[in-house]
Amino acid sequence: MENNITYTISLYSENNVGLLNRVSAILLKRHINIESFSTSPSEIPNVFRFVIVVRLPEEKIKKVVQQIEKQIDVIKAFYHTDKETIFQETALYKVKSSSLFEERHIQNIIKKSQANIVTVSPEFFVIEKTGFREETEKLRNKLEPYGLMQFVRSGRISVTKAKMDVSEILNSFKNKN
Amino acid sequence: MKENKKFKKNISGAEALIHCLLEEGVDLIYGYPGGAIMPVYDELYKFSDKLVHILTRHEQGATHAAQGYARTSGKVGVAIATSGPGATNLVTGIADAQIDSTPMVCITGQVASHLLGSDAFQETDIIGISTPVTKWNYQITKASEIPEIFSKAFYIAKSGRPGPVLIDITKDAQFEKFDFSYSKCNGIRSYLPVPQINMDMIDSAAEVINNAKKPFIVYGQGVILGEAENDLIKFIEKTGIPSAWTILGLSAMPTDHRLNVGMVGMHGNYGPNILTNECDVLVAVGMRFDDRVTGDLSTYAKQAKIIHLEIDPAEIDKNVKADYPILGNCKESLSLLLEKVNKNSHEKWREKFNELMKIEYEAVIKNDTIPQKQGLTMGEVIVSINKYTKGDAVIVTDVGQHQMVACRYAEFIRSKSNITSGGLGTMGFALPAAIGAKMGAPDREVIAVIGDGGYQMTIQELGTIFQTRTAVKILVLNNDYLGMVRQWQQLFFDKRYASTEMTNPDFVTIAKGYNINSNRVNERKDLDNAVKLMVESNEPQFLEVCVEKEDNVFPMIPSGASVSDIRLK
Repeated sequence: MENNITYTISLYSENNVGLLNRVSAILLKRHINIESFSTSPSEIPNVFRFVIVVRLPEEKIKKVVQQIEKQIDVIKAFYHTDKETIFQETALYKVKSSSLFEERHIQNIIKKSQANIVTVSPEFFVIEKTGFREETEKLRNKLEPYGLMQFVRSGRISVTKAKMDVSEILNSFKNKN
Repeated sequence: MKENKKFKKNISGAEALIHCLLEEGVDLIYGYPGGAIMPVYDELYKFSDKLVHILTRHEQGATHAAQGYARTSGKVGVAIATSGPGATNLVTGIADAQIDSTPMVCITGQVASHLLGSDAFQETDIIGISTPVTKWNYQITKASEIPEIFSKAFYIAKSGRPGPVLIDITKDAQFEKFDFSYSKCNGIRSYLPVPQINMDMIDSAAEVINNAKKPFIVYGQGVILGEAENDLIKFIEKTGIPSAWTILGLSAMPTDHRLNVGMVGMHGNYGPNILTNECDVLVAVGMRFDDRVTGDLSTYAKQAKIIHLEIDPAEIDKNVKADYPILGNCKESLSLLLEKVNKNSHEKWREKFNELMKIEYEAVIKNDTIPQKQGLTMGEVIVSINKYTKGDAVIVTDVGQHQMVACRYAEFIRSKSNITSGGLGTMGFALPAAIGAKMGAPDREVIAVIGDGGYQMTIQELGTIFQTRTAVKILVLNNDYLGMVRQWQQLFFDKRYASTEMTNPDFVTIAKGYNINSNRVNERKDLDNAVKLMVESNEPQFLEVCVEKEDNVFPMIPSGASVSDIRLK
């Protein structure tokens, strides 16, 4: 394998139908797998933010991000290594309620892993854990023996340590027109 | 955006669409009607005095005609089709326009919005299909969106690095009534068409050029798209730098300019390819280092400092690392550089190009253009065209051997004269593109040079010529083979000619069926006269020249080899 590095692509864009397709087509065309993907409103009104995690060699990530930024509806795209970002993922674990009462040990697991119980019902309860991939994965491994009814993990969300000048780009456009 | 006074109360989306086109200065569109676009065709009927619609014989023909029109006129080409198969038939032309940066707006009808996703009759997801091959696309489902989307479409298609835009419009949006007003788009906040020029980079690049002992320029279509032809000539004449064209840069400078040293790339000239790996500074102007230009990247111009003048930031460092990237319109950056570069002549260095040209002439060009053998060569046909057009024709080529030969030997005195499918290599491009090229430059002589294979891919467009009486000249160089593939089979697949031999019909009779004057040449003695007749006519003309069946195009850089390993035979 080439020297793949995990990169987080942060993309600020207009909220238009079809942009997701356009971005994923750029990755598809280059045979790049998406490790994780999430989208949400950004700090700027009416501007959306995509957070995409890919594993690529350094010389490739720059070209891919240039292609993404070239898209008309993309305001700006950045890429960062893990060291340059603060990132988290959230996982939900659905477990049989009976095991919570019958297996005292499971309560210790929840406490020690700093997970939260989101809901409890007679049949099941749901645990939430936010953290790094290894942490949510570790909790999954620990809960598995007790019968994990469902498990799901969100895409990575991340903020960068450095400033991103998206508002400045938009303001300079406003001032020109 | 400034408010325009154009107001129309309570008109249909279809009528609004026509007003949008008229506001954008469109007076000619190419297309093919069908169910989901009928409301728009009904309006085209009513507006036929202001907006001419050319009925092509296939939607692919409409896109290539729009491309040809755009490339000779410099305006945005427009193609229109119905939903489903009408829309999918546009895809090849759209992909071609995307890779060759041709400004084009395609309009497709779509099933009514309440039917979207129901697998309705002639429903296809053309937005999804066209996304990877468009600069931008959009599906309109409400008539009120039409003015803004169309103004954006034209702005995006022609600004910055041009490209194709597709607008899909549901049938209900075409019928829907609304109050129309139009204002032209002059900016989109998420899109910067022309990057700011970095003046420090201009200074550094000028210094590098001034200190260069063996500088070399390769110019591409960016010069033509940026209307920088005169700026390039001034720059070259002041610096004395030998300059070569990429296939799409051809005709940006007169081919006989003393500093023009030929074509780079797979079938380009011997000197410019070899000396790419000897120059100390390579100035790339409006070109993108396509693999057909560079050959093996790991051995491409490694010794040279690279100065890259480019409008599209995504092209910088994509294939070849630029030591001095100069983003911006090359018209502007060339004129800024012009002030800072010293006058020079580089005579000794230029002599090297001349020496290598002599070698190429003896080994290849002489036999191509003044052959001693019995069979006709493609090269001598192009030379005959030069003789009667004096370099003042638009030459539209298809894809294959004839294309390479035409781009090697055709002479040009004016820009926007070489129309070909460069990046995508679309066989079938030339005939419809020539129709558009002639309509985009009606006062110019337009000659389509096509192989017997590509000709039959869009031969139905003879019907368009028949109906419109567009005076294009069609020259088919017939070797009864898919010649370029056959050449590769001969050189790299031990002459196993798998599916490359063609049993061809009587092309002259076919052209006659469309009431096009037609002629065939088998012997050298008849060639000049037939070409002369064709060129001098004011009507559509067809000429078939039966050329040697198994001629090869040389020089050649074998796929994956270095530019300096170019072969003369």
